Amino acid sequence: MASPSPAPPRDDPRLPEPRRGFLLRVGLGLSALAAALGSVPVLGFLLSPLRTAGERKWVRLGPLSDFPVGETRLTTFQNPSHQTWDGPTAMVPCYVRRVASDRFQVFAVNCTHLGCPVRWFPESGLFMCPCHGGVYYDNGSRASGPPPRGLFEYQWQVRRGELWVRGGVLPTLATPA
Amino acid sequence: MARWLSRVGKIGTWLDARLQVGGTIRDTMAHPVPRDTASWFYVFGSATFVIMVLQFVTGILLAMVYVPTPGEAWQSLQALNGQIAFGWFLRAVHGWGSNFMVALLLIHMTQVFLFGAFKYPRELTWMIGVGLLLLTLGMAFTGQIMRFDADAYWGLGIGASMMGRVPFVGSWLVGLLLGGPIVAGQTLSRFFTFHVFVVPGLLIGAALVHVLLVVKVGINDWPMPGRLVNRKTYLARYKRLLHEDGVQFVPDAFQRDLVFSALIILAVLVCAAVFGPFGPSGRPDPRMIDIAPKPDVFFLWLYAALALLPAELETALILIVPVVAIAVLLLLPFISGTGEKSWKRRPFAVLVVVLLASGFIALTWLGLQPPWSPSMTAWSGTPLPPRLLKERTPLELQGALVFQNKQCRNCHALGGTGGDRGPPLDNVAVHLTRDQLIRQVLQGSGEMPAYGDHLHPAEVAALVSYLETLHPPYQPAARVSAASSGSSP
Repeated sequence: MASPSPAPPRDDPRLPEPRRGFLLRVGLGLSALAAALGSVPVLGFLLSPLRTAGERKWVRLGPLSDFPVGETRLTTFQNPSHQTWDGPTAMVPCYVRRVASDRFQVFAVNCTHLGCPVRWFPESGLFMCPCHGGVYYDNGSRASGPPPRGLFEYQWQVRRGELWVRGGVLPTLATPA
Repeated sequence: MARWLSRVGKIGTWLDARLQVGGTIRDTMAHPVPRDTASWFYVFGSATFVIMVLQFVTGILLAMVYVPTPGEAWQSLQALNGQIAFGWFLRAVHGWGSNFMVALLLIHMTQVFLFGAFKYPRELTWMIGVGLLLLTLGMAFTGQIMRFDADAYWGLGIGASMMGRVPFVGSWLVGLLLGGPIVAGQTLSRFFTFHVFVVPGLLIGAALVHVLLVVKVGINDWPMPGRLVNRKTYLARYKRLLHEDGVQFVPDAFQRDLVFSALIILAVLVCAAVFGPFGPSGRPDPRMIDIAPKPDVFFLWLYAALALLPAELETALILIVPVVAIAVLLLLPFISGTGEKSWKRRPFAVLVVVLLASGFIALTWLGLQPPWSPSMTAWSGTPLPPRLLKERTPLELQGALVFQNKQCRNCHALGGTGGDRGPPLDNVAVHLTRDQLIRQVLQGSGEMPAYGDHLHPAEVAALVSYLETLHPPYQPAARVSAASSGSSP
């Protein structure tokens, strides 16, 4: 009776090709699965700002008596989607122009050229940008300089004697307020 | 002493028996380099690397105190500047180190470009170097945001405005840049992540591969005019050069790197001690809008270009030029991978360097004293010289008041003071007739607002009668010619 031959070692090159590479393929497959499953939350987390990017909400600016007819005033509102650690950056400045007792224009302070804060000069009725010299008329339309368009305007509403605006997004050419 | 030394030696031997790096270090130190390259022209890359390490050290120390939230970042910078021992100095070293690192990297890049080091077989070394340039500029820009002051806050808005110009996906890019719909807490947190984890990680990895390639492929031999690079013969010739006229990297070449790097570190320390830290400037409070945000010195050229270019070219400059520029830099070794290396026989390469450098310097200079920005307080705070007011009628003086009160001075200088946005008006009456002045005031032009709706006719009359007096005594005011005055309505 012939003695039983010892079991061949696992990495024996005499083994048929499919069996030798089996565990490696299982390993690669499992790793790919783990990477695919793991990438779902990672990508979702990284891309999460896109879900809130277009979110606007109505915010109270103040009683109508704060905005005299015929004047343009600088005011601020709190960003509707602020966090407790935002500090002063939770505040958003804007210009309110009361054209008539029931007609308003609410301008973003950001120049439409590159976003610098424009300043209001009531004497000449102009907004001037300190960065590259863009100028706008009192109704927000472009007067001169590099801006490609007039000032960004927020939607507004009068509710029970108070002025509200629809804000919450930094106005740019891609997402005008 | 001797016994102590031998004990240290024994520990070293024990460690190296396990780490097995001693041989590699010895080989690297002793590897031959061409004798010509032991030169003061070859010290800029190593100095950039040393400054990078200095930035890592000072950055880690600053991160021990810095608070990356918009509510507290500014205060923590103030505490570093004023309360914590040597905090101001470490901030200054980090800020000056940043400027030195960008400057050295640009000098290093210019040198290897002029010496043809990007040619075969060092294409990949150059391409990784281009990546290092972008990463370093990324560190400089995100670092400017870490100094979270008013400039940083509005600078983020400017970055978002640039992203907003990208067609179709602009709003997504703005959202990803800011981490939300506006510049706020999540924006600073993500810039902190980029400045402290992501970009430095990539930077150190890429820098090590860059250095490894320099050692493995060999440092670029000194370019000789007429000695052309040929893919078939270059490697053998380089090997022969090392054999026939090579020196050991340490100490022959290394000693110059050592001296120069030490001098650079000393220069950073001196600048930090003498000039102190950068900012922070005003609080990052959006409610304070009396500010003219400006970028740091290495981005001033872009700020200037964006003011001076015609509006229709701007989006192209912002979106297309960087892509093309990076592509050209990356493809350079494939456009011109062989042939002449010496700058003495590459006039086009020298011309490109001269043009880019002079453009960079000119735009930066303009950015320091921006003539295109209105002088926001000239109308209220700048006096008129008496000679521009003497012997004027009451109506003309009234016009001078209109000139000041309607902010004309913000853009137009009088008597050498005021804005530079528009032309100075000291001699305006020589160039424009009364009718032309009225037309210019009422209708404006592409570069000047029309004041038609904002001036009473009486104000226009006063303003124009004042402007008509603005001519030198020896030169009369412009007049309508007899022929055209007859036909004018």
